[in-house]
Amino acid sequence: MVDHLLGIEGLSKNEIHRYLESAQSFVEVSERDIKKVPTLRGKTIVNIFFEPSTRTLASFDIAGKRLSADTINVSAGASSVKKGETLLDTVRTLESMNPDVLVIRHSESGAPHFVAQHLSRASVVNAGDGAHEHPTQALLDLLTLRQHFAESGRDIEGIKIGFVGDVRHSRVARSNIWGHLALGNRVRLIGPTTLVPRDLATVFRSDRVEVAHSLQEGLDGLDVVVCLRMQLERQDEHFIPNLDEYSKEYCVSERVLARCCPQSVVLHPGPMNRGTEVTGDVADGPRSLIRRQVNNGVAVRMAVLYLLARTAEPHEVFEP
Amino acid sequence: MTKQYKPVPREWQLVMDEETIARAISRISFEIVEKDRDLKNLAIVGIRTGGEYLGKRLAEEIQRIEKIEVSYGVIDITLYRDDLSSAQSQPTLRGTALPFRIAGSRIVLVDDVLFTGRTIRSALDAIIDFGRPRRVELAALVDRGYRELPIQADYVGRVVPCQRSQLVRVRLSEMGYRDGAYLIDREDR
Repeated sequence: MVDHLLGIEGLSKNEIHRYLESAQSFVEVSERDIKKVPTLRGKTIVNIFFEPSTRTLASFDIAGKRLSADTINVSAGASSVKKGETLLDTVRTLESMNPDVLVIRHSESGAPHFVAQHLSRASVVNAGDGAHEHPTQALLDLLTLRQHFAESGRDIEGIKIGFVGDVRHSRVARSNIWGHLALGNRVRLIGPTTLVPRDLATVFRSDRVEVAHSLQEGLDGLDVVVCLRMQLERQDEHFIPNLDEYSKEYCVSERVLARCCPQSVVLHPGPMNRGTEVTGDVADGPRSLIRRQVNNGVAVRMAVLYLLARTAEPHEVFEP
Repeated sequence: MTKQYKPVPREWQLVMDEETIARAISRISFEIVEKDRDLKNLAIVGIRTGGEYLGKRLAEEIQRIEKIEVSYGVIDITLYRDDLSSAQSQPTLRGTALPFRIAGSRIVLVDDVLFTGRTIRSALDAIIDFGRPRRVELAALVDRGYRELPIQADYVGRVVPCQRSQLVRVRLSEMGYRDGAYLIDREDR
């Protein structure tokens, strides 16, 4: 049975913890002098990115290399996608390289699922699809929080977390929300009605998700605040009047955090627009876990590749 | 008050009891001290999970005999296994902790049962990724034979002759059992 990681939706609490526990072991590997283990020697990992990305691609690439797998990176600009090839044809071509894992990012929601259905032997990892899911980012956010709460003798289960900003278009938020719901946590979605419509909460089919349109009310009593990236093109699409107007109402500052949730910690999936969704004093301050998120990225992706690559089936010899 | 131990299946045949294991650990400790008087750089490394507790006991015993600090670490060889793709289920990673300098050290690897030698091969690879030890020795509580690689132990608690299909299991008080090594026929697993 070939395993895929297409989304956090549907994962059980135990499955999430299994990823996080393995990732914690890979944190140690990343701190060694020789940051390489022979675990996936002889395995091939293809990273195919139909959407520009530097950080996620670099992170997957280095994770594969530290496990001794052979990694191939294909970016849409350089491939035949630009020449009009369909997704399925591209993937079939890549399959002829006999990859064990295919890491895919695509601007269309559901593209990794489509690919997974048409590949017979390789494991598929979703590295972000449209506004749907970005499961490895959610896992690294969860790992960061698990480490933080473990240090203060607390548990990641039972916390209150809020997502501030463009929840509607955020695959990071979506994956995170599914993860926190699986862990039994309470989730609050905070932002203007255009970016956090009231019925967005119903998507998650849980009474532990609530919506707040005022930043002060939304932050009240939270343990964790996730600031989402405000994509600059959103103002042209009229979701917000303009960035200044948005940040006046929704920029997460030390002042508002100190008033509404003084004990909270702050995450940001990056890249950050300082002064738009989060102020510099928060991002660089003591409650920020942002640096740690970056450090955990490679370890989480190593864990995902480790757990999936071994379920890939051996390739049959091609007979014409 | 007598301690409550978890029971082991009745069919398991006891080949080393509590006392034999204690004596073996004591003897091996003396042998380690005797073999090389350089104890400053000595480090005991238990292989997870079987050698973890035995390694700790050995380190404590040597500290008691020699009244010196002995470095102790644990190593998880999962990422170095040669059968990862054929193993049935994903082995859980438990992590490696070697809180001392590997380069120039005298390492005694500790495992509970020495069988094919493949675990030891993996452990050697793992250690060498951390640095270049001056020498590496091997201690095993039970040597059951049937090696598949040219690897031998420097210190052995007991050689247990058995059939290849049989299993040898070590249960220790740290896991909630009475100390014991057992020989098991496959069907009883």
